[in-house]
Amino acid sequence: MYDKQVRRRRAVLALLVVVSLILLTAYFGESAGSPLHSVQRGVVTVLSPIQEGASRALKPVRDLFGWFGDTARAKKERDQLRAQRDRLLQQVVGYQVALQENAQLRSTLALDKSDLQGYDKRTVRVIGRPSNNLLLDRLEVDAGSSAGVRVGDPVVADGGLVGHVSFVTPSTAFVTLITDPSSGVSAKVLNGAGDTGLLKPSVGDPLDLLVQLLPRHARIAVDDVVVTGGFRTSRLESLYPPNVPIGRVTKADPEELASDQQVHVAPIADLRHLDFVQILVGPSGSSGARAQVGTP
Amino acid sequence: MNRGAEGYQLPLRLAALGFFTVVIQTAAISQITVFGVTVDVSPLVVASVGLLAGSLPGAVFGFAVGLFVDVALVQTLGVTSLLFIAIGYGAGRLRELRDPAHGLVPLAVGAAATAFATVGFSLMQFMLGVRAPVSWLLLRQVVVTILVGALLALPLYTLVRRIVQGSLPDDPRRRRRRAYTTGGLSPLQRPSRSIGSGSR
Repeated sequence: MYDKQVRRRRAVLALLVVVSLILLTAYFGESAGSPLHSVQRGVVTVLSPIQEGASRALKPVRDLFGWFGDTARAKKERDQLRAQRDRLLQQVVGYQVALQENAQLRSTLALDKSDLQGYDKRTVRVIGRPSNNLLLDRLEVDAGSSAGVRVGDPVVADGGLVGHVSFVTPSTAFVTLITDPSSGVSAKVLNGAGDTGLLKPSVGDPLDLLVQLLPRHARIAVDDVVVTGGFRTSRLESLYPPNVPIGRVTKADPEELASDQQVHVAPIADLRHLDFVQILVGPSGSSGARAQVGTP
Repeated sequence: MNRGAEGYQLPLRLAALGFFTVVIQTAAISQITVFGVTVDVSPLVVASVGLLAGSLPGAVFGFAVGLFVDVALVQTLGVTSLLFIAIGYGAGRLRELRDPAHGLVPLAVGAAATAFATVGFSLMQFMLGVRAPVSWLLLRQVVVTILVGALLALPLYTLVRRIVQGSLPDDPRRRRRRAYTTGGLSPLQRPSRSIGSGSR
């Protein structure tokens, strides 16, 4: 009787492990349109209304926990922002003059006034997020292919870049964030020289982004703005429009720049407390002057 | 008829527990950051079920929850289920072999489960081709995640125990308490029966 129980337990355990390994192997070798992916897509479609309902119902709980963290950070941020505001006020005057000149020059050359003009902005709600964000950092949103969302569409929030759409079902889409280890964004530092590099998350501290492959003697200062580069390199895959703000330089150590060719950047969008994001849905087949995102 | 209904109680309760755990985890808990890391309660719930119900229910529950997580989050199928099988089975075997009575056992098991899930998931991702350098910062994040998991283990264990209470085949603590308080013999006084009736 006892031996029978032991045998049964071991048999069930072996069966479960074998099924898991078969699923893993089959899924890993399949293409995106294969049966297992289709089943997964179907389940996600069925689950999305439940997840959306749960996300709305549990928002007060999230907000409550967020409030503690936000309050602790708020005071420090307020002082920083006041100092930043004073500096920016001085810059605004100069920029307004530059904008006016720029508009005149663009109209002379018959160019678009904005890099995002060709995009349709779809505001969508965040309904889910994977639990392990150390090596996978994604969001699930409540709009999918039926709303015109496509794989590769850029996603923004709070005036800053969030990521790109990496998986789409009819009713939902998954957004791979710029803090995901697989993400790489061609970036430009607005430091006067317009130095360009590759934006990658720092391993172990996903909210610390790194602009890598910068020129060794680039003159970059703290608070310089980093925007999407808008050009193609051989290592990069998907598309971002140029000049979308990404973040601000938080650390620009000349020694680190000389040895590792990188500076540290904090994202503009609050990537850990997103309730809504905007998907930039472009015209089909558009690839024009958009920047590339990629998986190295 | 009544016995049949009782037999289905545990699977039904575990199915509901697993479903709501994953939905609440993805919809709310994963968006809460504590000390810079995201809270993950699913390995803790699997470990709690293993501790309370045994190795076989623990492994099956771990497989089901893991598969549901992989499907719902569009991850590679089988990765999380493989890890959660080990967590559920391991916690269940601990209960069956050691019958731990100390109140802090769920805390240690929760820390171990979180460590296994975090490190195991990272290793699986590396093996599946995610290229990311290992750094001290990553290790620090893993350590903080384990600490947060350990902190949450006790309240979650209590919650899971409340949910599955009444449908468990036997409660090791209740069984032991009954043996001593009702004048029954200590297990040490009848070693042959104790060994014979235990599980290997």
